[in-house]
Amino acid sequence: MSPRTRRAIEEGLLPTLAALLVALVAGDLLILSYGQAPGAVWRLMLDGTWGNAYGIGQVLYKATTLAFTGLAVAVGLRAGLFNIGAESQLAAGGFAAALMGLALPPALGPWVAVPLCLAAAAVGGGMVGLVPGLLRARFGAHEVIATIMLNFVVLAFLNWCMASGGLSVPETLHTRAIPHASVPRLASFLEAFHGSAANLVLLVAIATAVATGWFLFRTRQGYELRAVGLQPEAAENAGIRVPRTWLIAMVASGAIAGLGGTNFVLGYKQYFEDGFTGGAGFLGIAVALVGRNHPLGVVLAALFFATLSQGGLAIHALVPKQMVEVLEGVVILAVAMSVPAVRALLRARPRAAAPAAAPVAAEG
Amino acid sequence: MTDAVAPRHAATPAAVATGPAVRMTGIVKRFGAVVANADAALTVTPGEIHAVVGENGAGKSTLLRVLSGMYAPDGGTVEVFGRDVTGWSTAQAIAAGVGMVHQHFMLVPTLTVAENVVLGVEPTTGLRFDRGEAERALAALARESGLACEPQRLVRDLSVGEAQRVEILKALYRGARLLILDEPTAVLSPPEVDELWRVLRRLRDGGTTVVLVTHKLDELMDVTDHITVMRAGRTVGQLVTRRTTPAAIATAMVGRAVALDASGMPVGVAADGASPATAHASPAFATPGTDAPTPAYSATPRLLVEGLVVAGARRARACDGVAFAVQPGEIVGIAGVEGNGQTELVEAIAGLRAPVAGRIVVDGTDVTRFGVGQRLRHGITHIPEDRHARGLVLDYSVAENLILGRQRHYARSGRIDRRRVRRFAEERIAAFDIRPADPDLPARALSGGNQQKIVVAREMPADFRVLLASQPTRGVDVGAIEFIHDQLRAARRAGKAILLVSAELNEILALSDRILVMYGGRIVHECARAGASEESLGPWMTGAAA
Repeated sequence: MSPRTRRAIEEGLLPTLAALLVALVAGDLLILSYGQAPGAVWRLMLDGTWGNAYGIGQVLYKATTLAFTGLAVAVGLRAGLFNIGAESQLAAGGFAAALMGLALPPALGPWVAVPLCLAAAAVGGGMVGLVPGLLRARFGAHEVIATIMLNFVVLAFLNWCMASGGLSVPETLHTRAIPHASVPRLASFLEAFHGSAANLVLLVAIATAVATGWFLFRTRQGYELRAVGLQPEAAENAGIRVPRTWLIAMVASGAIAGLGGTNFVLGYKQYFEDGFTGGAGFLGIAVALVGRNHPLGVVLAALFFATLSQGGLAIHALVPKQMVEVLEGVVILAVAMSVPAVRALLRARPRAAAPAAAPVAAEG
Repeated sequence: MTDAVAPRHAATPAAVATGPAVRMTGIVKRFGAVVANADAALTVTPGEIHAVVGENGAGKSTLLRVLSGMYAPDGGTVEVFGRDVTGWSTAQAIAAGVGMVHQHFMLVPTLTVAENVVLGVEPTTGLRFDRGEAERALAALARESGLACEPQRLVRDLSVGEAQRVEILKALYRGARLLILDEPTAVLSPPEVDELWRVLRRLRDGGTTVVLVTHKLDELMDVTDHITVMRAGRTVGQLVTRRTTPAAIATAMVGRAVALDASGMPVGVAADGASPATAHASPAFATPGTDAPTPAYSATPRLLVEGLVVAGARRARACDGVAFAVQPGEIVGIAGVEGNGQTELVEAIAGLRAPVAGRIVVDGTDVTRFGVGQRLRHGITHIPEDRHARGLVLDYSVAENLILGRQRHYARSGRIDRRRVRRFAEERIAAFDIRPADPDLPARALSGGNQQKIVVAREMPADFRVLLASQPTRGVDVGAIEFIHDQLRAARRAGKAILLVSAELNEILALSDRILVMYGGRIVHECARAGASEESLGPWMTGAAA
């Protein structure tokens, strides 16, 4: 491994590890403040998540949605766009998938219906991403404002669709079920996962992560997109159409977030329910941040946040589950601080190491 | 007078005549694995103008930043006015009378001149900022130091030269007795440069010590008393200006002989093919034997611009009805003080700015409505004036930067062929002597001269027709200037059309076949190289001859 590769890996990994350490200490203090033993609480948390098949299944289920929204935010950031709208793109994707499922005749069967529903989810999310993309590319309207505002518009619209009757099952805020477009759960292959919501949309998430990495780092479009994100003036000078790239990035970002909606709609409940997103779109921002906008990092960060979230339920007997939300906040803050701090430390290190290394070199 | 600030100018020379103003010895400064200063030294006599020269990456700026307290050295000692101040902070440096004027100004554009000058040490009455007192104090300081300024003007309305004067005033207001200037002339027009020298001489005569970094050897001869030469992080010598020559300085800087013309511009192999000193430079278009550049006048010029009107950021007609033609094998130089429409003209031809009126024709094809990418494919390439903003993606590797704009050629069905990119990068790095020769290094890690070589290497492929070279050697060391000039001459021999825009009149005179002078958005003067000189063009550039 060349020193530069090692440096890159260290710069990618160490800030996150440092942040986790900080969060661990903060968690210890919180647990102590509740009069509990940290060791016992952490063990309970691990037992409730990675300790049994059901826990693992729940973590995988939550991580699937977070991987989609994290990838969505990461693609935007790589193009220099801060997509705060993953929440509504996720919801719109789920809604579009449910509508497609309702429109398809049950006789079609899952091999046809599921791909169509996945496509509908991507289109639904992509359309919500298209709006701020267009506003940015055409009028220069800032995407942060546009996506935040669009969250309200889209979520309120979906709420109205469900609350006004027509689409929803009476007395509920969800649609009729679409069993013919259901994605099998892991439990149908492995009995141990029984009861957990983990399903094969997981594979779609992994495929999306691989495809995103390939797109960003191997294709011409990805090369152009990253150039636009790093230095739009230089990209423009190189003949790259910057507004068009922004548009592509926002649509791709929305589509990826939209795909995440299928995890709930096709994989878990087989219907769309108002409010199913539960903040997973917003948490996607943290996932992208902790994952350093790299698909592999995003997947790992999604697993981490899913573990915290599921672990919060497990430790509820000893400490309030809100403690976990505090920890999420601590991790995000610590990552934001440790990225520049760790980099500075790494850059300074050869200076400190040089005198120690000199005698060794002299002997050899 | 309030007690918040005590604006004082120039301590009496007697007070500082006891020893050197600055004595830096054995300075070592590392940034990670990069050694910026290996064993640097600097001794400055009180009341002199002292220049620090060296190639890009020689460690001049680092040394001065150590002096001004921005960096703490990893080794060595810094003494200022006889006091050991090694590792001091900028605040301590300012308190001790050391002021630094940075290459990139540190001014707040929306505040007035007076507000900028007193920023951080504002005179107050109770809790209230006393603007009147600030303006009075500044006016007094301006009178005393001979730096004319209008305290109530907004900094954003100032020219670059005026803004620089505000920076100097800011340092003097804080009581600077030692003034450090990092490449002060890089952004100035010739008249502004003359004005700066006048100001610095006057400050020196008043007892202020001046240390400056510059690339322009001819300027040094007029204005400085001593010159410290740095190479590769080390001080290789201190010269007495009166007893040296530009050629001797250049040789000390580069470590080998460099042929210079009368104005201090390097003479390339094209003009002086026999010069053994420049044997390392191997132009990409070498067509040996064709020494004398004679542009072939054809029926259709390579580049034809007609009635071009372009809107700028501040003026609606920044470029106001410009027309000219460039023939194959011709370098047309555009002289002029910066900000007279050159930027807008070049950006319009490159496709970065849509013209309001007019036509741009390349080899008979009207490209006025083409996008940047389309123009690129039609053979219009562009060395942009600001390589950090437009020329390079600093976080991309050297290899990635070398294909920027040509990424289509390196992609097969949308996928980038990384092996071809790497092969191409290795070939270009070798041909243009880009150092360090590592295609995977981020462009940010290279020195300014080598960064510019990346841009030049990319923008001068074998098949281009028209090159727009905007400030191609700005902030670049002598060795790299020589190399880039050779490339431009070689491209001329290969029949390319080159539009050269430079704030350096010397560069225009050294390279151009024909010279146009821009003033106020128009071409006010045109002449052949043979009939042009600094004296004949100067009045046109300032508008005096119009």
